[in-house]
Amino acid sequence: MKAFRLFAFLVAAWPVFAHAALNVFACEPEWGALATELGGDAVKVYTATTAFQDPHHIEARPSLIAQMRRADLAVCTGAELEIGWLPVLLRQAGNAAIQPGQPGYFEAARQVALLEKPAVLDRAQGDIHAAGNPHIQTDPRNIARVAQALGARLAEIDPAHAAAYKTRLADFNTRWNTAMARWQAQAAPLKGMPIAVQHEGFPYLENWLGLKQVAVLEPKPGVAPSLGHLAEIVAQLKTTPAKLVIRAAYQDPRPSEWLAEHAGIPAVAMPFTVGGSDRARDLFGLFDDSVAQLLKVAR
Amino acid sequence: MLRPALLAAALAAACPAHADDADLAALRAEVQKMKTDYETRIQTLEARLARAEASAATHAAPPAAPVQDTASAAPSNPGAFNPEISLILQGGYAHLKDLPARRITGFLPDGAAPGTSRGFSVDDSELVLASNIDPYFRGYFNATLNDGTVGVEEAWFQTLALGQGLTVKGGRFRSGIGYQNEQHPHAWDFATNNLMYEALFGEGYGNDGLQLRWVAPTDLFTELGAEIGRGANFPGTDRNTNGIGNYALYGHIGGDVGDSHSWRGGVSYLSTRAAERSSTLTDFAGTDVTTAFTGNSKTWLADFVWKWAPRGNTTINNFKFAAEAFRREESGSLDCTGGMCGASLGTYQATQYGGYAQGVYQFMPRWRAGYRYDLLDPGSQDFGLNNANLPRSDYKPTRHSLMVDYSPSEFSRWRLQYTKDKAAEGQDENQWYVQYIFSLGTHGAHSF
Repeated sequence: MKAFRLFAFLVAAWPVFAHAALNVFACEPEWGALATELGGDAVKVYTATTAFQDPHHIEARPSLIAQMRRADLAVCTGAELEIGWLPVLLRQAGNAAIQPGQPGYFEAARQVALLEKPAVLDRAQGDIHAAGNPHIQTDPRNIARVAQALGARLAEIDPAHAAAYKTRLADFNTRWNTAMARWQAQAAPLKGMPIAVQHEGFPYLENWLGLKQVAVLEPKPGVAPSLGHLAEIVAQLKTTPAKLVIRAAYQDPRPSEWLAEHAGIPAVAMPFTVGGSDRARDLFGLFDDSVAQLLKVAR
Repeated sequence: MLRPALLAAALAAACPAHADDADLAALRAEVQKMKTDYETRIQTLEARLARAEASAATHAAPPAAPVQDTASAAPSNPGAFNPEISLILQGGYAHLKDLPARRITGFLPDGAAPGTSRGFSVDDSELVLASNIDPYFRGYFNATLNDGTVGVEEAWFQTLALGQGLTVKGGRFRSGIGYQNEQHPHAWDFATNNLMYEALFGEGYGNDGLQLRWVAPTDLFTELGAEIGRGANFPGTDRNTNGIGNYALYGHIGGDVGDSHSWRGGVSYLSTRAAERSSTLTDFAGTDVTTAFTGNSKTWLADFVWKWAPRGNTTINNFKFAAEAFRREESGSLDCTGGMCGASLGTYQATQYGGYAQGVYQFMPRWRAGYRYDLLDPGSQDFGLNNANLPRSDYKPTRHSLMVDYSPSEFSRWRLQYTKDKAAEGQDENQWYVQYIFSLGTHGAHSF
């Protein structure tokens, strides 16, 4: 009965906890950063994961359920990236506003054309995603597209601040287009540069900069490479050399470092998302650093 | 600019030579008017164009909306509305002593069939169908299949759109009490159940009824739950009555400590009734006697889970600690038939305790090792008149389990386990298990 009394108290006290700012639950740091750019003071952003966590494998922790409970808008990548944990949060939070199909549920991957859509769906192919490769945030043009849709969504669910969202979006667009022009100019020498990747996490970056992916360390997506497999790649790189091997900040450094040592090429940890390196403090820093990391090797 | 001039020239040319001066002057005036009209209109257009160009330059044009791109996001697939289907295959090999019965000394058994078979065997295969029914409900069905038996483990609906942190679940479901209770055997960290759940519920407490859950709008995860139901399962029995057969209350809190640590703890209470709950005990003479308990059964549970992963990245190393404890109070009458009892009616009063603690460490990707310690305390047991016939023991059942498992992917797991089982007094047993768990179909999301 004590539990009932506590229950009644908490229900009665609920308006006290309510916040004026729009609560945004961002599944990944890049969307948290984007929501902050577009929402400013009108939003309160909670980012569920960090750049050092594998977004495929997150525990559906109590803290995440508590945050999802209060969210007015959930911003996630979608395309099955969060399939192992997001559904649990959505079901256990008891929050009607952020259920799929509601305006409060936003999937970034729906705003862009996905690459690497598998022709055959078979788990023997590893951890593949039926909708295509979900790591869309490594191409700034995708960020621009998602920004348009997210800006519109913020205005839709928080009409009181619609004008402010519109202004912030226009401002972001201006700054982003300038920055993109700068990155593209800086990255001109990277066109056609052959690279090896640890996980199939960079097709959008390669597509944007014209990088040529010549090897993948993981034999199947999500399957860690064995030493034998790495040795095969070293042999393969002798005929089709790569300038460097890249991995995301959250990934086990050992496979790419082993390869780097044996193939004589540098191994580079890309920030992959906001917070993945000291310089990648926001979305602009993310691409400043990504381009700089690659240029360091190209020279 | 040219056009009005040309027009004027053409008009002038077309004018008959004999037109008088007045007509000519009127015509000239008209042409002049047309010319100025056109010029002002063109100037206005030029000005508008210039303004538009200027605003386009200051306002960087947003990238075109990817109309064709989005269209590709949702492929039309007639099977897309089918429920999520998954099948769990479990089985393995067990090296056990040939014992007539496995009992837990000092505890009234649940009367369920004994655990794993000796040698090779398949465990129950679990078939799960789940789907959102409409924007308001989700449905879930879990059946266990084995030779000649199909069990409906769970079959429930759950609300999606109540909001305010509220969720209602109805049908047959695993109760939200404790920590391990909601987990099916394939999600356990060991090949066998812990002694606490075995003594309390057989496997886990399921019920036909209704559950109301509320998550508080606070940073600290706070959930409160209340359940009512039929109460047909052990430690209760089906009593063929209207009304509410049992109820349960629980509360959990949880949160993170930095990026690397997360925890959840809680307290639960289950109150149910039993009528003629039958179990087999051994009397002072060593003969099996049948007992039937009628009365109240009240259980308190406390649970705590703590997980660690460096910077929250579970892929390389992670550690999980879980512990639960209980206090159960049963009071009522106990019939005893056979052996020394003959047919005697006594009372029954027992307050008993127990718990387990376990740690599982992923020492390298795909590989985990774990240890679990189980301890039960029979506490105080009073059979009333039957104290003369039925032995009461101070023996504390224990169990030590060590396991190593290897998961080639998220969908497959192999496990080797050694258990030192001292659940029954004077019956030390070394048990070995090799187990496989395969999950086919939809990628299931697991709770904390």
